[in-house]
Amino acid sequence: MSPTDPRRTAQVSRRTFLTAGVAVGGGLMLDFSVPAFAHFGGGPAVPVTLNAYIRIAPNGETFIVNKNPEIGQGIKTSFPMIVAEELDVAWKDVRVEDAIVDPVKYGGQFAGGSLSIPMNYDLLRRVGAAARLMLVTAAARAWNVPAEECETADGVVSHKRTSKQATYGQLAGQAARVPPPNPATVKLKDPKDFKIIGKPIGGVDSPRIVQGEPIFGIDVTVPGMKYAVYEKCPVYNGKFVSANLDEVKALPGVRGVYVIKGNVTALDAGLYNGLTDGVAIVADKWHQANRALGKLQIKWDEGETAKRSTAGFVAKDAELAKNPAETSLKKEGDVDQALKGAAKVLEARYEVPFVNHSALEPMNTTVAIRNGKVEIWSPTQMPGGGKTAVSKLLGIPEQDITLHVTRSGGGFGRRLSNDFMVEAAAIAKAHGEPVKLLRNRRQDVQSGVFRAGGFHHFKAGLDAAGKLSAFRDHFVTFSNSGKVAGSATLGPTEFPSGFVPNLDLGFSMMPLDIPTGPMRAPGSNTLAFAYQSFLDELAHAAGKDPLQFQLELLGPAKAPVTTKSQFGEQVGFDNVRMAGVLKAVAEKSGWGRKLPKGTGMGLACYFSHQGYFAEVVQASVNHKSGEVRVEKVWVAGDVGRQIVNPSPGNNQVEGAAIDGVSQALAQALTFTNGRVEQSNFHDYPLLRMHQAPKVEVHFVMTDNNPTGLGEPALPPVVPALGNAIFAATGRRVRTLPINTAELKGFA
Amino acid sequence: MSYTINVNGQPRTVEVEADTPLLWVLRDELELKGSKFGCGMGLCGACTVHINGNATRSCVTPVSAVGDAKITTIEAIGESDAGKKLQDAWLALDVMQCGYCQAGQIMSAAALLNRTPRPSDKDIDDAMSGNLCRCATYTRIRAAIKQAAGLPTEDKREMA
Repeated sequence: MSPTDPRRTAQVSRRTFLTAGVAVGGGLMLDFSVPAFAHFGGGPAVPVTLNAYIRIAPNGETFIVNKNPEIGQGIKTSFPMIVAEELDVAWKDVRVEDAIVDPVKYGGQFAGGSLSIPMNYDLLRRVGAAARLMLVTAAARAWNVPAEECETADGVVSHKRTSKQATYGQLAGQAARVPPPNPATVKLKDPKDFKIIGKPIGGVDSPRIVQGEPIFGIDVTVPGMKYAVYEKCPVYNGKFVSANLDEVKALPGVRGVYVIKGNVTALDAGLYNGLTDGVAIVADKWHQANRALGKLQIKWDEGETAKRSTAGFVAKDAELAKNPAETSLKKEGDVDQALKGAAKVLEARYEVPFVNHSALEPMNTTVAIRNGKVEIWSPTQMPGGGKTAVSKLLGIPEQDITLHVTRSGGGFGRRLSNDFMVEAAAIAKAHGEPVKLLRNRRQDVQSGVFRAGGFHHFKAGLDAAGKLSAFRDHFVTFSNSGKVAGSATLGPTEFPSGFVPNLDLGFSMMPLDIPTGPMRAPGSNTLAFAYQSFLDELAHAAGKDPLQFQLELLGPAKAPVTTKSQFGEQVGFDNVRMAGVLKAVAEKSGWGRKLPKGTGMGLACYFSHQGYFAEVVQASVNHKSGEVRVEKVWVAGDVGRQIVNPSPGNNQVEGAAIDGVSQALAQALTFTNGRVEQSNFHDYPLLRMHQAPKVEVHFVMTDNNPTGLGEPALPPVVPALGNAIFAATGRRVRTLPINTAELKGFA
Repeated sequence: MSYTINVNGQPRTVEVEADTPLLWVLRDELELKGSKFGCGMGLCGACTVHINGNATRSCVTPVSAVGDAKITTIEAIGESDAGKKLQDAWLALDVMQCGYCQAGQIMSAAALLNRTPRPSDKDIDDAMSGNLCRCATYTRIRAAIKQAAGLPTEDKREMA
């Protein structure tokens, strides 16, 4: 995990203050100073901020600010629910407002790493509880009764003994004059009294979405705005040589054609905010700009990256795999010695492809630069990083940049990188009028920040009792500028690390020079496939049921290791929680059921983003064609003691399961002469309605802090499907996507 | 070129080139942003509108081919009985994640219900397989179509 990877915890300091002021219109405005979170995406670490989260209008309407980007995970509903619960207002009276991006006011604002809930659950409860206490204090003073005797419900403070009551709307003015309590010490509700948290509540934007209202980034219009497309070299970071600019300038609707010079000298492992050479076409309408692209002919200097190809990667892997791993991650015991004494030795090579995020809303951003001030509307997951990058590019200080985060038409990690925002800013500067940049699908596919492919070379031994005695992985991955490419990592704690006496994890690298980065469950989404598939192979080689093998490997309760870094504490793998979800999913799925020939069940489990997930896939394989039909996925997940909003919570899990099946069945980006070969959904297919399996979701509730749901349900479904195919056909899936031709005519 | 097209019951006149896709006429000339751009090749269904009641990919339909056909978009689908029931079911079952594809999904579903008021799972598969949902809300879309049709929402597709 690289330092810029958002998969980390950030600690909320106890130093949290509350101030109050009278808001415009006489309502209560509560301002909270929260500490700076570890700041993601390259922005400055700002120590102290003043934030407004809550306004209460005299009529009781309660405005609650949502500070994080909404990308479909439901945070715009879940965050205000947490505040509303402790504030003790009725959900029907809540109006949700989008925060603007301001690290000074709001601290960390991003959608990544499934971190929104773990980082903010406690904080937002305290925000609500502190405001409630101010309202109660105001009422108690007015009635001359002890505050402790006052009760609240649905936006009303009442005092039973004197039969007095007042609405929050009536009290807001006086409450604003109450000295604010310290949120760190305010009393929180007993979770058994929750009325909002834990209830399924529909998305606050959904009524607008079903009416087709313009709430996505692509829908933004600004007075005087023009539309732009930006064409870059098909080989990453190719340099502009020449183009038929004059011819393109004369096309219908075209208002300007600009050669933009890039600023990327070397890729690093961080989130990608780079600008590379290209030609911008600015037109009255987007269709005109996009049509003009058809006439644009650019000569590029493609550079060394033009030598990259998928075939070359495979050849380089074979070469690197002949030697020991270049870099050791962890060694325990003596793997070679243990393999010599093993009753059985297994070797296997696993391969995963590059994939693209394919958010359905193509990358876009609208930028207006006026009088040295910049206004941006962008569907981004990492606004702070984008703002910093635009500031650097334009030489305009961040305080003169206003960034509005729009709803995103899917994120999946793609929008943690802000290259599209930087391009839009460069074009707006070149053109001198407000500009909306929108990529067409080909550009969106080919100028991605890809999920890196990779190769695993496993060797493992089983003792006479069928117990795992030795485990080795030589991981062959990619480098950019000599360092592991973004999210193309393996860590020393990868399971079964810590659960096998002899272990050897290491990696070697080959140069890539193409941006890669986090995609939904980064790292985990490939590692789970390789490791959990190979463990299934070992289970079968040991003559054991895969569930029994996994439970034996997990063994007796072991205290989780807590690691500390500059980014705070992270609680490590807890084998008891993992065993819990394994047993749950086995029970719910009827694991071990007798199935007809050609149909099988596969099991896998994985720990990522602080969540524990075990999944069973039932799949059938057509004997003649090899075609795979995924019939059903059972999921058991443990993300602690509370699901804030079960409706999007379940939806995230169902979506992650189907997303994983989609990746496993069909998705791969391939490179030839440095170019991505795919361009749209015909050659890079996503799963469709008729292929989508049934999904059954179960949560195992444990007394642990609530953690996120956007990602951890995805990784195990991929190996569970491969393992199901093995159960159905006796053929092992070791390369993704699944090659159905290899499954034809199974015995 | 000047074209007068019938959109949501109103005649609308636009000055655009003949090959301009209907999607971009709706979005950028008529400011009807509900129909979405996803692929530009009729592969994802985010741009789905009704032309004379048929679900049609507006991103590959040139404005010059529309003539006087009746175009209905997501902005007006709630005026029809099926459209309103679908919108209500979408909200009741909290179908969407990011929501970007859902206008197209509802338009395809409305065309299905107008033709087949009590669709089977197979009917749903056939009518909806042209609409991608990257968030993979397919299970809820299937259930919401059935709910709008007044059918039990369970997924009855066979499995071993």
